[in-house]
Amino acid sequence: MALRQLLTRNTAEPSSTRLVVTLGIAGLLSGLAIVGIYELTLSTIADNKARELREAVFKVLPGVSRFQKLVYAEGTLQPAASQASGEEFIYAGYDANGAFVGYAIAGEGPGYQDTISLLYGYKPAQRRIVGMEVLDNRETPGSGDKIQKDPEFRENFRALAVEPKIIVVKKGTKPKPNQVDAITGATVSSNSVVSILENTNRRWLNRLPPAGTEPPLAADKP
Amino acid sequence: MSELVWIFVSALLVNNFVLSYFLGLCSFFGVSGKLETAFRLGLANTFVMLITAVAAWALNTFVLVHAPYLRLISFIVVIASTVQFVEMVIKKLSPALFQALGIYLPLIATNCAILALAIFATNRGYGLLEGLVFALGAGGGGTLALVLMASLREEAELADIPSLMKGTALNLIIAGILSLAFMGFAGLFSQA
Amino acid sequence: MTASALQELHKGIWKENPVFVQVLGMCPMLAVTNSVINAIAMSLATFFVLVGSSFLVSLCKDLIPHQVRISCYIIIIATFVTVADFTLQALLPAVHKELGAFIALIVVNCIILGRQEAFASKQPVGLAVADAVGTACGFTLALVCLGSIREILGNGSLFGIGLFGPHFEPWVVMILPPGGFITLGLLLLFFNWLQETRRQRRATAQPSADEGVTAG
Repeated sequence: MALRQLLTRNTAEPSSTRLVVTLGIAGLLSGLAIVGIYELTLSTIADNKARELREAVFKVLPGVSRFQKLVYAEGTLQPAASQASGEEFIYAGYDANGAFVGYAIAGEGPGYQDTISLLYGYKPAQRRIVGMEVLDNRETPGSGDKIQKDPEFRENFRALAVEPKIIVVKKGTKPKPNQVDAITGATVSSNSVVSILENTNRRWLNRLPPAGTEPPLAADKP
Repeated sequence: MSELVWIFVSALLVNNFVLSYFLGLCSFFGVSGKLETAFRLGLANTFVMLITAVAAWALNTFVLVHAPYLRLISFIVVIASTVQFVEMVIKKLSPALFQALGIYLPLIATNCAILALAIFATNRGYGLLEGLVFALGAGGGGTLALVLMASLREEAELADIPSLMKGTALNLIIAGILSLAFMGFAGLFSQA
Repeated sequence: MTASALQELHKGIWKENPVFVQVLGMCPMLAVTNSVINAIAMSLATFFVLVGSSFLVSLCKDLIPHQVRISCYIIIIATFVTVADFTLQALLPAVHKELGAFIALIVVNCIILGRQEAFASKQPVGLAVADAVGTACGFTLALVCLGSIREILGNGSLFGIGLFGPHFEPWVVMILPPGGFITLGLLLLFFNWLQETRRQRRATAQPSADEGVTAG
């Protein structure tokens, strides 16, 4: 009798407790493994992201050696904690002596294929864009993606006047300071970049404090 | 507002989930044999996507800020539960459809398109409304691709095709031509 | 390694190649094969997840009740994928950015769940691992094949190194979505043809082989 019970017990339906316990243990072990790898890689990933950001900011704001994040809250720009997200923010770049150089502003918008995201440097004193880097694009390889890869296109943004309006022109000689040479065969992508710049400017330029009154570099920034 | 329209049109046409992002291909090639079934699976997919979009937003906003590493597992759990729920509802409302969809209904849970929707929405920082519009566009685009593919395959059945070519090889090439056609939608929303 | 383990390994690479024969795992295949480096990175990640989860599933197959087996497999697979995702993000951030969401999508790759359900849950650890290694190698083979064709034709390069010089006009559509679909379709066609000719050759060779055996 006891033997038969023992034999049948193994082939009977496992109890709900057993199911739940198994899932629970699996979940627990999985959770431990995931938390473990997360902690292990956290600092490396954070460093990678910080480095990428720093490189991008340095590319669009030449002459900068430090920068900080500024958040737009209650009508003014204030320094923000580096982990702050969700609110609208830009970066302010400073040279080695802590003097203000310019802002680095991120923008994005629809391109020819998919969303283009970029970062550009802006000097309020001269009201000019001094650099632009496309961070992410899915434009046509070989033509549209030149907005990211073609150094000649990027040259357009070294001293680009933002007034009255940034205009795209066909590739010609000596365009006016507020004009950008389009990429041959990639007019739409070029236009999209300029649209993004215009829209982002419209959003941010009147939020910036008057030239000369930019927030100083907070003491604890690296 | 225009941003919402861009999200919708992009997911529906310009960056179609199936034909441009290669998502949901297993069920795309599996179910597109018959037009009727394909359309209904597309609708089921869209419904699951809408629920997933809401759940992903809720998880991201309230739970995952404290534990970002649990993102993948929690998304999968939500998707699996939603599919289970949809399965029960369909079984009750339309047993014929349940039979027709067969194995492909529970397979919606492993449909990469649904998980990809959640991941994309997270990476792009979509809020609740944007997520819903995105899901509508993505699901709609998937359904559109399924329906077009099913129509083409039904026509192809009547054609004289060498036996080597029949099956997935031909379906892939048909999908390639469809994808090529959809590339024409690029530039639809550019602000030129 | 025992003969049967070797057999499992070999089976995954050719006869039961997950992509060309079983036609599974197409989503990541087409998305990451626009360059060989991406293809290899994806293959490595999939290799890690497949072998790791097959090993664990086979090890624990007696502990997991039948009713919750799929959920357990998914938990195991998702854990390995998360580990792979974070590791890649830390070690190779540029590649991780290229592959984007597709690393996370390994978790719904039908190949992996299919192997656990069909094989690893019923076989001892050694055979399960051999099968996983074979399948992963088959997957890698397919990805690298597709990736090299698309990169060479669509970008004129291999591993990012230019092959044809500056005057080569790349066939851009190859690295775009339609190119992926059509290339895989043509590869499948080629594979079908190979199998067909093999079958015919075996059918015509069979009578003489039998004669040889009975005579000798």
